[in-house]
Amino acid sequence: MSASAAASLAPVAARAGGPARLAALRLLPGRRIALRATSLLASLALWHLAASGKVDLGFISFRNVPSPAEAARAALALVRSPTLWPHLAASLTRVLLGFLAALTAGIGLGLAIGRSRLASDLLLAPLEVLRPIPAVAWIPLAILMFPSSELSMAFITFTGALFPILLNTIHGVETVNPRLVASARSLGAGKAAILREVILPGATPSIVTGAAIGMGTAWFCLVTAEMISGQYGIGYFTWESYTLQNYDDIVVGMLLIGLLGMGSSLLVRQAGARMTPWVSAGAQR
Amino acid sequence: MTGAIPLETRVPPSRIAPTASSGGHVAMEGGVIRLGRGAAAFDVVENIDLDIAPEQFVCLLGPSGCGKSTLLGAVAGHLTLHRGRVSLDGAAITGPHPDRGIVFQQHTLFPWCSVIDNVAFGLKMKGVPKRARLDRARDFIAEVGLAGFEDRYPAELSGGMQQRVEIARALITRPRVLLMDEPFGALDAQTRMTMQELLLKVWSQHRTTIVFVTHDIDEAIFLADRILVMTPRPGRILDDLTIDFARPRQRELIADERFTKLRHHCLTLLHSDRNSLPLPRLTPIGVPTGIV
Repeated sequence: MSASAAASLAPVAARAGGPARLAALRLLPGRRIALRATSLLASLALWHLAASGKVDLGFISFRNVPSPAEAARAALALVRSPTLWPHLAASLTRVLLGFLAALTAGIGLGLAIGRSRLASDLLLAPLEVLRPIPAVAWIPLAILMFPSSELSMAFITFTGALFPILLNTIHGVETVNPRLVASARSLGAGKAAILREVILPGATPSIVTGAAIGMGTAWFCLVTAEMISGQYGIGYFTWESYTLQNYDDIVVGMLLIGLLGMGSSLLVRQAGARMTPWVSAGAQR
Repeated sequence: MTGAIPLETRVPPSRIAPTASSGGHVAMEGGVIRLGRGAAAFDVVENIDLDIAPEQFVCLLGPSGCGKSTLLGAVAGHLTLHRGRVSLDGAAITGPHPDRGIVFQQHTLFPWCSVIDNVAFGLKMKGVPKRARLDRARDFIAEVGLAGFEDRYPAELSGGMQQRVEIARALITRPRVLLMDEPFGALDAQTRMTMQELLLKVWSQHRTTIVFVTHDIDEAIFLADRILVMTPRPGRILDDLTIDFARPRQRELIADERFTKLRHHCLTLLHSDRNSLPLPRLTPIGVPTGIV
């Protein structure tokens, strides 16, 4: 990672003809990590300045925005309270349930639509109509359709995760090199074998990308989903804090969702990389 | 790139028993192949008659876009004839079958399969148990000089090594015909020669009929028993040359006077139509942008 960055940056430094010291600094290993940490710290500092200075620009005001220190205090209080774990467990269960359902449906539908013109003609039109519908619009129907509120919440995270997975699966299936399919047929592969041995592995890198994005959008829909919740969940905690005017807790809830979403997307990516070892084998060449 | 392979082909003595006459007889009568749809449709090859004897090594030689790869695709069963008939040992060809193995120019190994899994693929499709098929694949990998590379992914191999894997993968199911579409066209000159020698060596162990598409005159003369020279679109067979140099053939053959004469003859044939523009390359599975 850092080696390739150094390689791509070296010519820039040379062209700029800057001091040798600067060029050496650019080649330092760990420079990217340092840059990322700096940008995070700078964001925190900006937040702190805006919130503690009660900046008011007329069209936007930070008068009621809690500062990082206030948010940190609220976070500490949440960590010490016995409700953190139930909140986390409830949200994780809902997101995971919705995500797994979206994974199954997205890959299944995607393979069918990508491979069969009939399936594509039959399924794509209604799915395209459903796609732009935001999660929040699903709430009333979700409540009406599912007897259990847990299921309706999982369903809303499902609607968020489905489309990135579905569209990436279709794309992955459609971009499988037709000569690979021809080779497999000449080696005696039938329809089912082509799907299992060629199309599915060929589409896997794209499916992994879709799954990582889908995992992010599942978290994205969590607050919406947990508006239905009566008791637990990070989204519920965030929404509840708003109605109770606990502004510090809102920020804590938002950051928690951000962190959990980022972390779980990362996990999906890592699992995906482990499932597709040939991709990195090609990159190392 | 990882690992180097000696320039000289070191093929160990075959551990696989040579197969008794396994070559098939390929025939085509009045073959016409039409590509494209509606107003854009055009005949790539016109009225082709082929009669390829069992275990013959036939090269289809012609300029880019003359339809030789398309013709190969029809024998493979990936393209259907608009008119005419194509058969293997008398039975009409209606679709792809492992009896007719195919090797493309490049990038048709399964990127997600290691070398050994790629080579064993045809046996897996036949339902050969895992252990047996991997053992057999190992033997074929050794035969194309790639022992030690069994667990590598295709992307870790050079172009020449990838084509070795392609040959092993196509031969493992003992096809009655091996169809090769400019298999060495993307390789550098040195590697190409090494691969030509390797192919002849492997072919001497696993006799089968070979139909080999190329636009390289030297390659065709060096490899073939017979060369069919084709004209550009609509593709027709212009000449049928018998190449009777003794086998095994050595690289020095290129300097032979008869070789030079044949080369001159082919050059004249291929350049008789020099005013026409070069045509885009076609593939055995249709027009380049098409989907099977």
